[in-house]
Amino acid sequence: MHGTDTFNPTAGARIAASREQNLPPSPGAEAWPNVHAPDAARAATQEVQRLTPAHGRRALRAFLANPTAVAGCLILVFVTAAALLAPLLFPDDPLELAGRPLLWPGQDPRFPLGTDALGRNVLAGLVHGARVSLLIGASAAIVGLLAGILIGATAGYFGGAVDDGLVKLVEIFQTIPSFILLIVLVAIAEPSIPAIALAIGAVSWPQVARLVRAQFRALKEKELVAAAHALGYGHARIIFREILPNALPPVIVLISVTVATAILMESALSFMGLGDPNVVSWGSMIGAGRELLRTAWYLAAVPGLAIVATVLALNLIGDGLNDALNPRLSGEGQQ
Amino acid sequence: MSALLDVRGLSIAFPKATPVRDVSLTVEAGETVALVGESGSGKSLTALALLRLLPERARIASGEVLFGGRDLARLGDRELRDVRGRDIAMVFQEPMTALNPVLSVGDQIAEVVRLHQGLSRGAARARAVELLDLVRIPEPQRRVAEYPHELSGGMRQRVMIAIAVACSPRLLIADEPTTALDVTIQAQVLDLLDALRRDLSMGLLLITHDLGVVAEWADRVAVMYAGRKVEEAPFEVLFATPLHPYTRGLLAASPRLEAGQHCSVGPLNEIRGSIASAAGEKGCAFAPRCPLARAACRIAVPDLVSIAPGRLSACPVTTAAPVSEACHAAPVG
Repeated sequence: MHGTDTFNPTAGARIAASREQNLPPSPGAEAWPNVHAPDAARAATQEVQRLTPAHGRRALRAFLANPTAVAGCLILVFVTAAALLAPLLFPDDPLELAGRPLLWPGQDPRFPLGTDALGRNVLAGLVHGARVSLLIGASAAIVGLLAGILIGATAGYFGGAVDDGLVKLVEIFQTIPSFILLIVLVAIAEPSIPAIALAIGAVSWPQVARLVRAQFRALKEKELVAAAHALGYGHARIIFREILPNALPPVIVLISVTVATAILMESALSFMGLGDPNVVSWGSMIGAGRELLRTAWYLAAVPGLAIVATVLALNLIGDGLNDALNPRLSGEGQQ
Repeated sequence: MSALLDVRGLSIAFPKATPVRDVSLTVEAGETVALVGESGSGKSLTALALLRLLPERARIASGEVLFGGRDLARLGDRELRDVRGRDIAMVFQEPMTALNPVLSVGDQIAEVVRLHQGLSRGAARARAVELLDLVRIPEPQRRVAEYPHELSGGMRQRVMIAIAVACSPRLLIADEPTTALDVTIQAQVLDLLDALRRDLSMGLLLITHDLGVVAEWADRVAVMYAGRKVEEAPFEVLFATPLHPYTRGLLAASPRLEAGQHCSVGPLNEIRGSIASAAGEKGCAFAPRCPLARAACRIAVPDLVSIAPGRLSACPVTTAAPVSEACHAAPVG
């Protein structure tokens, strides 16, 4: 019964999707190959996913039934616990000399993971490094998410000239190699934890903005938005209360990957000596161990494994969330 | 007395087409007016235009939408937002997509009364329960916390209606409110709308393609074809003596038991052709499908002329000819 005279939400979604595919591929994706979040085009074609408590419970069950996702959670809980307990486990500064230099793991029961070239406790460094990695990962992801959601929602909701302008801004950020931009930002600012977190957030928001914009473009064609307009709701209310909760599921998946990417970026910065010099981080430990790679490879391998495990855990969680929140993959079907 | 809603000469334009032309319509307080037409006739666009909810590329090209002395077509965004939901509310066709899936129905009702009536959280919650009771949802205390996907189709439409009447609007626009529902539920929902119209003395503008709905619930009927209003009459008059050949075709195409029409007896009546044949026509848009069309019909668009008070038709052929004779000629196919 519907001809040309009513909204056609599916056509709107399709147009949004095809427009998304015309955007240039993100150069950041090659620089950070661990990023395989649902891309904007796919997200736009997905039906509205639901975050109601009932659906939430079903999604949680699907998530907990996924062994790799649970494994990811366990690793992350372990790393988080280590980070939280670091001041209790190793109250001394991990940068202080603790014993004889270059003890191999297991050589001295006081240093289960050995000591480095300056006699610093590798285990203490690892545990304290977890604090820095997780703190920067989380705060950078929050910065990137807030900026990305605000910009993506504004662009997708208002469309027109606002959208054109903001898409140009996203494209400018995406055509600049993100790590080079990050190095420049950190080099300009003092390398401190807040500055590094802000800089990583500043290079990771475009991805969030693209995803949120695609979701908003698809969702604003839905009848529920027309109904909200018909009730006299203002733009802010429609954006944050009507559309955003419906747009969140793919964003939640992206969060875990954003945190993982931020941890990798921080490690890379510290490896290059651009991290905060006053705190120990996994990247700086690898950087210090690099010169002794042939004689004491464990100095680079141990923090390297910590990074691998943490980033892997976050990606496993992201995959699990994606499967659990995507009604087609979790076999829930759609209503 | 001036009408509650007075639409004058409304035209809606897309960049390359003008799907609604020069439509005038009035709704009095407490009256049910049905706007009838097939897909593509522009009836839904007309309804959306009243609250300026048109799709992005469409705009109101000309005309006025007078409501309470103000022209909604030219009202500022702020003032318009105050009218929407409070003075004029709308019920959509498909409640599943028009309700927000992530908010409980109680929250969705409470939100609109908090916005327009400034009620506190608790008072709004209590009002939500009252409204669910008003739209005859059983166990409103329990239902208020449920989510749209937990309700049946009829219940969802009742929730939509509860949200629409939450602020006691003076006009309710219902855009095919029962099309997505099954037949037994349709009657219940329309009964509910009718009862609310009487209790709240609202005007009700019912957009539909279903003449059965019109016959049972409408006071006055406006028939649209290809973006123009072609006939308007009180519903008894329209059903007894339809004037426009399109209206006659529509009525003839509705099978009636007493006439002995049934699909097992013979082919049902139809109006030959489709609304798309109006494209590119210079004269009357119905002329290509009309059994009574004359050469003059294809040259100029016939004017909508007033035949009696509240009785309009846009067909010079049938208004000139005696009604009884023309009536026999109407059924086509």
